[in-house]
Amino acid sequence: MPDSPVAGSRKEAAVQALAAVPNVPGAPKPDPILVADHVMRRFGGLTAVDVDHVEIQRGAITALIGPNGAGKTTFFNLLTGFDTPDSGSWLFNGKDLAGIPAYRVARMGMVRTFQLTKALSRMKVIENMRLGSTGQTGERLWASMLPFTWRKQEREITSRADALLERFNLLAKREDFAGSLSGGQRKLLEMARALMSGPEMVMLDEPMAGVNPALTQSLLQHIKDLREQGMTVLFVEHDMDMVRDISDWVIVMAQGRVIAEGPPEDVMKDSAVIDAYLGGHHDKALTASGVSFTEEDPA
Amino acid sequence: MDWSFIISTTLLAAFGIEAIVFGLAAIGLNLQFGYTGLLNFGQSAFLAVAAYSLATLVSQMGFSFWIGIVVGILAAVLLALLLGVPTLRLRADYLAIVTIAAAEIVRLLLRSVTLKEWFGGSDGINDFSRGFYDLNPIAIGRYTIGPISLSQDQLFIIIVGWCLVALALLVTWLLVRSPWGRVLKGIREDEDAVRSLGKNVYLYKMQALIIGGVLGCLGGFVYALGRQAVNPDFFGTDSTFFAYAILILGGAARVFGPVLGAIIFWALIQGSDVILRSLIDAGVPVVSLMTASQAAIIRFILVGAGLMILMIYRPQGILGDRKELALDAR
Ligand SMILES: Nc1ncnc2c1ncn2[C@@H]1O[C@H](COP(=O)(O)OP(=O)(O)OP(=O)(O)O)[C@@H](O)[C@H]1O
Ligand SMILES: [Mg+2]
Repeated sequence: MPDSPVAGSRKEAAVQALAAVPNVPGAPKPDPILVADHVMRRFGGLTAVDVDHVEIQRGAITALIGPNGAGKTTFFNLLTGFDTPDSGSWLFNGKDLAGIPAYRVARMGMVRTFQLTKALSRMKVIENMRLGSTGQTGERLWASMLPFTWRKQEREITSRADALLERFNLLAKREDFAGSLSGGQRKLLEMARALMSGPEMVMLDEPMAGVNPALTQSLLQHIKDLREQGMTVLFVEHDMDMVRDISDWVIVMAQGRVIAEGPPEDVMKDSAVIDAYLGGHHDKALTASGVSFTEEDPA
Repeated sequence: MDWSFIISTTLLAAFGIEAIVFGLAAIGLNLQFGYTGLLNFGQSAFLAVAAYSLATLVSQMGFSFWIGIVVGILAAVLLALLLGVPTLRLRADYLAIVTIAAAEIVRLLLRSVTLKEWFGGSDGINDFSRGFYDLNPIAIGRYTIGPISLSQDQLFIIIVGWCLVALALLVTWLLVRSPWGRVLKGIREDEDAVRSLGKNVYLYKMQALIIGGVLGCLGGFVYALGRQAVNPDFFGTDSTFFAYAILILGGAARVFGPVLGAIIFWALIQGSDVILRSLIDAGVPVVSLMTASQAAIIRFILVGAGLMILMIYRPQGILGDRKELALDAR
């Protein structure tokens, strides 16, 4: 297994914890932070999500992959309270989240980013960051008019924001409007902003989409850093090289269902997964999309 | 031409009752639309419920001036809740539709024959401002400020009005520079993003709607007391759109935008009117083909054209930031 030199003990811990987990859909994890049961969402006649059971291991980086329209974004929306399922239940840290509005889910420590980046364009980068912090006294109506009640906290938030901007190479853009950032920089900003709340779990919907390869490397490193800081990461990604590079575990969705689970190397050899991606044309080159599922393996 | 008359009329419009009333209405809209992105097309209804609470309670029911003011403010809060509760969870356009309809319902109720006993029908109400002018500490007489001459009562309401404007600006300024105001701006940009950061968007939108409505309703009081009368047809959609024009003219999401907009708007409206009239009286060729009442309409066309030119060359309004507006294009 390729182990990057910077990866510390948390990666090994995550890999070890998952080593004994069987590679079957819905496999129980030793220490799940998120457990979903029978989550179903229909749009008219289309069943976008129909997940029987899935668990996400705490402190690990889990990738959620699947072809376009598999229901990954919809599943994210359901888990984070941005959409309501037709049925099902899901627990975050043992707490039932069904019916909990999105803003409360975020306050409970599960924050997300969006596939279509949501930078707050006509606000400065630093204001975007400050907004990400939860529990601000100055965000209460009456206190807001009394600056002395929130000045100190604002300073603390600002220094935290600056530290994160530095880590994400955005400090030079601090005073620019978020709308003036490039697409990749917006992805970085959105991720940094989500981290302002100090979440336990971050859910990233295609964090690398549209990001140039040079920036990708630093983004990947940021995501690995999140794990090192003890956060749980669930992310959606289409680029298999990246999935292989950073994830400890991979969950594959197709047509709304979880069809496979396992460590990246195993999952990418799984015939059900290859079927789902290529519609059964096994004999065709598996690099059709510039993506290789199988490692060159003489065995 | 009588230049001193032209100047004094224009100045009185720019700093008199109209500018105050619409300035306050636009300050409220600024918080709702400029900062939060809420499309409230019923601002005139907030002015109406305040003005009529005061007029009806004092004149038809014999309550004191202060009770009228307190009930007027409560009525504005209630109206905001009534409009906001069903619509603020929905897409932005629903609020626009509901508010424009609600404002018309309010106006039609106020002028209805059935409720004439309380609201005076289409004649309105006009004997309620005594309690206010009894508070006037200014000695009886006429006061000249530059070319303008005012009675002690006119001077009083103008001073009180501008104090209310200053208060509304202070509240707005304190709010929008705080973290609370930051949440509003975030909601304007993308409410789902703000939700994902743990903010109760619905609550903030409701607060913005209520505060904007209450700030606007102060304009209703000034209108009622300044005219010493209320008339239902003042509270039509025109008034709401004047307030929007003022807000855009001055610059949305700028604290002083609405006030600057109101001053310029009314100076243009009244200034062009008296200039046109003076030209007609002086028998200037071409212009004097119009009658005075036609001139009153022509001025709106002129001001409208002026606003269009402004929008082409300065779409951000007078105080706005062009860079900020250009970001939308991306
Ligand atoms: N609001 C909606 N109304 C109707 N159908 C929807 C809606 N949202 C999603 N769908 C459908 O649900 C299915 C799953 O969509 P979803 O966005 O979850 O896919 P995805 O796995 O995120 O795909 P991608 O990789 O392309 O982002 C699709 O077939 C889509 O057409
Ligand atoms: Mg998606």
